[in-house]
Amino acid sequence: MKNVFNVKNLNLFYGETHALTDVNITLCENEITALIGPSGCGKSSFLRTLNRMNDLIENCKTTGEILFNGENIYGDFDVNLLRKHVGMVFQKPNPFPMSIYDNIAFGPRTHGIKKKSQLDEIVEKSLRDAAMWDEVKDRLKKSAIGLSGGQQQRVCIARALAVAPQVLLMDEPTSALDPISTSKIEDLMNELKEKYTIIIVTHNMQQAARVSDMTAFFLLGEIVEYETTDNLFSLPKDKRTEDYITGRFG
Amino acid sequence: MRNSFEKELELLNLDIIKMGSMIEDAIDKAIIVLKKQDPEMAKAAIEYDDVIDEMERNIESKCLKLLLHQQPVARDLRLISTALKVITDMERIGDHAADISEIFLRIGQEKYIKELEHIPEMGDIAAKMVRQSVDAFVKRDVAIAERVIEMDNQVDDLFNMLKVDLTDLMIKDKKNIDQAIDFLLIAKYLERIGDHAENIAEWVIFSVTGEHKHIRII
Repeated sequence: MKNVFNVKNLNLFYGETHALTDVNITLCENEITALIGPSGCGKSSFLRTLNRMNDLIENCKTTGEILFNGENIYGDFDVNLLRKHVGMVFQKPNPFPMSIYDNIAFGPRTHGIKKKSQLDEIVEKSLRDAAMWDEVKDRLKKSAIGLSGGQQQRVCIARALAVAPQVLLMDEPTSALDPISTSKIEDLMNELKEKYTIIIVTHNMQQAARVSDMTAFFLLGEIVEYETTDNLFSLPKDKRTEDYITGRFG
Repeated sequence: MRNSFEKELELLNLDIIKMGSMIEDAIDKAIIVLKKQDPEMAKAAIEYDDVIDEMERNIESKCLKLLLHQQPVARDLRLISTALKVITDMERIGDHAADISEIFLRIGQEKYIKELEHIPEMGDIAAKMVRQSVDAFVKRDVAIAERVIEMDNQVDDLFNMLKVDLTDLMIKDKKNIDQAIDFLLIAKYLERIGDHAENIAEWVIFSVTGEHKHIRII
């Protein structure tokens, strides 16, 4: 199994606050890794280190190394290229206030693709990959804002896929959605992992158990346990993990 | 946190203790029926099995509700799935205890072809195995469960001794065959009760370690 990310001695600070402490973890290709833990444990902060979204936060400082396909992303690495390779989907669906087509084509256009036939192809492929093509193919020119929450989120996934990333980061992607939309997106994740590597932050223990291959339990900025999902949810090694997943605290 | 869930789990433990005590009672009743040769006691013992079956259905329903409402993981999942497995073994023990009384009714008031040897002891050990396996379940104690598993060897040994004795009696006189077969069946039911109590102990070990007969299940 190829390692996509190799995180070494990662520490993250918001000003004086030590938010992540000595995080060491490897994330493998074509796997879904779930990051779980109580509020404030650092899991979303960690997720954002993987595509340097924390650079946008004032007073945020990181030390340590994150190797992406062997290269340190905090070294001499083009951050825009990083964010092309490592896409992100957020908790609240955030389609741009433009047509579905333009939402998907936005990324490729930014990266220099101008030819209509190429863009058409990318839009169709991305929407197909996001299991949305049949639903929206006849209204690509309509505003994405007019779609339901679940559809908007899938448009956001399609938008992330349009720039052909290697990795998809998902920060509680279904917590604002109804059960049917959630189920569609979980099924989609399972299909997407054939081609992409997915890292998901979730508060939903059952979702983590259902969709992920590996699970990392964060507590107070540290990784307490990192295991196959089946092992972590059936026979966790650390009592803190067991107490959290059985709802005894958190 | 999860106070209502914790309460439900405590109640589940109490239900398992209660069912265990009913099973012990059923085994004791079966042996007393044989000792006293009382048909009325035998009929009451047979009817008692309905109460045990009802208890099994009750606990099964509670376990399924817990799975539905609480979506347990890790130790909670193992506990509830173990409860589902052990009540099946307990219900079978209840059946076998009632079967013993049914066979007795065939023997009725006939004089026994030999003294009631080994059978009361098998009954005692089986009842002790049930009591201790329930104890192991409630205390989540692997050592107690392992001792119960060992005890099944004693029940098996007594069965084998009885089989030899009964075979000798059948060879000695054809008139003994009928009753000897009945006692062999009774002994077999007690041996199976021991096996079921051993099963309970094995599931208790699973509930603590995740392993059943040394194999990791989940």
